Amino acid sequence: MFRNEVKRLLQPELPAARLGVAALTLILVTACVAPGAVATQSPTASQVSTAPSASSAAAAPTCGTAPVELNAYFETGFDLPFRLSEEFTKQYPNVTWKISQDQFTNLMSSTPRLLSGDNPPDLIRLPSMVSLVKDGLLKNLDGYVTAFGWDKWPAAQLAQNRVGTDGTRGAGSLYAMGLNYSLTGVFYNKKLASQIGMTSPPKTVAEFESLLPKAKSAGLLPIMVWNASASGGGLAFPLQQLMAAYGPAQPINDWIFQKKGATIDTPTNVTAAQHLQQWIEAGYFPSDANAIQYTDANARFGKGEGVFIFNGDWQDAGYDKDMTGNSGFFVFPPAQAGGSVAAMSAPLTYGIATKAKHADCAAFFFNWVATNDKARQIDVSVGGSNPGGPTNLAIPPAAPGSVINETLAAGGDVAKANGAMDFIANATGSIFAQGWTPELQKMVGGKQTAAGLLQAVQAEYEKELKQ
Amino acid sequence: MLPARGLTEPRIARSDVKVRARWAARTLSAGGSARQAVIGWLFVLPALLIYAAFVLQPLVLTVQYSLYRWDGVAPATWVGLSNYQAVLTDPNLFGTIFNAFRLIVFFSFIPVTLGLVVASVIRRVAAGSLGTFARTVLFLPQVIPLVAAGIVWSWVLSLTGILNQLLRALGLAALTRAWLGDFDTALPAVGVIGTWVLLGLCIVLLLTGMTKIDPALYESARLDGATAVREFIAITVPSLRNEIAVCLTVTVIAALASFDIVYVSTGGGPGLATMVPGLQIYVLAFSARQVGLASALAVVLVVLVLIVILPIQRLGRGSAQ
Repeated sequence: MFRNEVKRLLQPELPAARLGVAALTLILVTACVAPGAVATQSPTASQVSTAPSASSAAAAPTCGTAPVELNAYFETGFDLPFRLSEEFTKQYPNVTWKISQDQFTNLMSSTPRLLSGDNPPDLIRLPSMVSLVKDGLLKNLDGYVTAFGWDKWPAAQLAQNRVGTDGTRGAGSLYAMGLNYSLTGVFYNKKLASQIGMTSPPKTVAEFESLLPKAKSAGLLPIMVWNASASGGGLAFPLQQLMAAYGPAQPINDWIFQKKGATIDTPTNVTAAQHLQQWIEAGYFPSDANAIQYTDANARFGKGEGVFIFNGDWQDAGYDKDMTGNSGFFVFPPAQAGGSVAAMSAPLTYGIATKAKHADCAAFFFNWVATNDKARQIDVSVGGSNPGGPTNLAIPPAAPGSVINETLAAGGDVAKANGAMDFIANATGSIFAQGWTPELQKMVGGKQTAAGLLQAVQAEYEKELKQ
Repeated sequence: MLPARGLTEPRIARSDVKVRARWAARTLSAGGSARQAVIGWLFVLPALLIYAAFVLQPLVLTVQYSLYRWDGVAPATWVGLSNYQAVLTDPNLFGTIFNAFRLIVFFSFIPVTLGLVVASVIRRVAAGSLGTFARTVLFLPQVIPLVAAGIVWSWVLSLTGILNQLLRALGLAALTRAWLGDFDTALPAVGVIGTWVLLGLCIVLLLTGMTKIDPALYESARLDGATAVREFIAITVPSLRNEIAVCLTVTVIAALASFDIVYVSTGGGPGLATMVPGLQIYVLAFSARQVGLASALAVVLVVLVLIVILPIQRLGRGSAQ
């Protein structure tokens, strides 16, 4: 097709044909207006229009009794939203679902078009959301916060989904809700860990680092990781954990939330990156890390390759299945014994399109997920994560022996230490693909230093914010 | 009908022109030439409209977008040529163009050269059903979806893949590596996948061309005592100028505009070692949401393709005259 097009341009055989093409081109050019100028509302206008309907402020909205079809976009490979939607329909039979699904990376690229299109989703799995809010594509949920009493929940739960008028996250109006709240840390293979003399989870980074050469000399792979471009650089997980061990969590969150003047290139972060580089150079990660994708890494870990893997509780069910009773979990330890712990902990974020037909019903679904006993149980046993919601509701138990119990308990520790961080890969729409992943791959290939890594990512960050 | 003519191969187009001229000469005497022109344009219209909607309009819009800063949704800002300035000064962007040119070796030079040799061998030693079998096997990669091919190749080239198993069996364990994850070998490894895909296409095109060479030429060359190599250089290659030009055109464009093989096998990594313009355009437009910058890179890519293809077209045309 493309070849023909080139040939056509190279060999305009007849003047008449050339004239026709020229005329058409002219028509097309003169018909053009500046892209995006007409089709969209200005952000300020949409922010006004997204004020909740008067009825929702008076009484909490519901899905009513008339038939409702919720238009939803879920992420492929994650059962949780599908199971929740089934249970919801069981309890509210007038609500049916039209579910579309796609890979997260594809969703990231298609979300703006889906939200601004003719059939805007009532519920959609969201990637980073600031630019979507700026474009007025996401519904402002502030009205629902008061209507449902979400403001009485722990404030930290909603903070990551708030966007201020200056475009920074962490405070301001609410634009999304979490179906649950995931936690990341270190999973370990219990059998292999005891083989290298690990009797209890390490209390300091130094203690953790002392285990790595033991594993290596025992002929084991110390840490399994994925770092191929297709899944994104998984080395960002241990890197961020090291950052939070050697420095406070708040500046990292400020950077992710795009606070003015925030930088990732700080002295403590350089220390963190140096430790990661030492791990790489000591051969604690697989030598083919740059070619390993997420699913491969987990499959290999499940088969007993690797003592540790840095990952999140969404993988709980997978590890339970692959290595029943043999997987353990701990939150990455602080640098000093007794120091406060921190972990990446992010809501499984879903939003409502500004133009959604059934916004009230979608908001009711959010509230139901966090407060209904059955929904909370599904959140834990299928999603593996803390269901959040009001503090007076107990966290439902997972099956005995499941690693879910360990991740849920660890979540309590992180919450007590106020150590929740968002993921450094979520700072901007493409900081992962254009910053962290290529630079971490260079570090694996011996082509990037600890300081250079942070400088390069910071430069990319500033370039993207200028756009 | 006229604009559509350009879409076909030059050889076919010329013979059709003759037929059409005869037909036109006959009908011209019967009716007015103005009416003929109108009827001609009516025939053209459906194709022309589709062509305008799906080829010309995107082309024009891309050029237009490249002059704006636009996230794809919000109102765009006119920025003049600054997107082009960024493309030509940001090493991460023009670096992708160098990668594409390096891929030409694997996507184009190797398949065409190897294709010539394999095709003449098939023609000489395997004319019957064996030849058909060889042709089919070599053409198969063209039939397999590129995404599936990319996935299978990423298994073959992985650290525990069959290639490394083979090397280990041969006592070459020192050479084993994750071919697609190593900075030095990732681009050549992607190139090998391209060679595998495009070799069959070149062989089939060249074999078809060979059937049109007059056997008397070979016979007289053989009577004059020419060796097989001499025949190949003196008769086969010059006679296939047209086919070689077509092969080069198709494969060079496949290299410069590559996307799918790279997307599936490496995603542009490690680092940016295999990042090509096609993939970079996709990342910029859809994940970075810099539609203007992506469009500028796309326009630069189109211009580059035209510059590279133009001399190759000359090669093909030269032989025809």
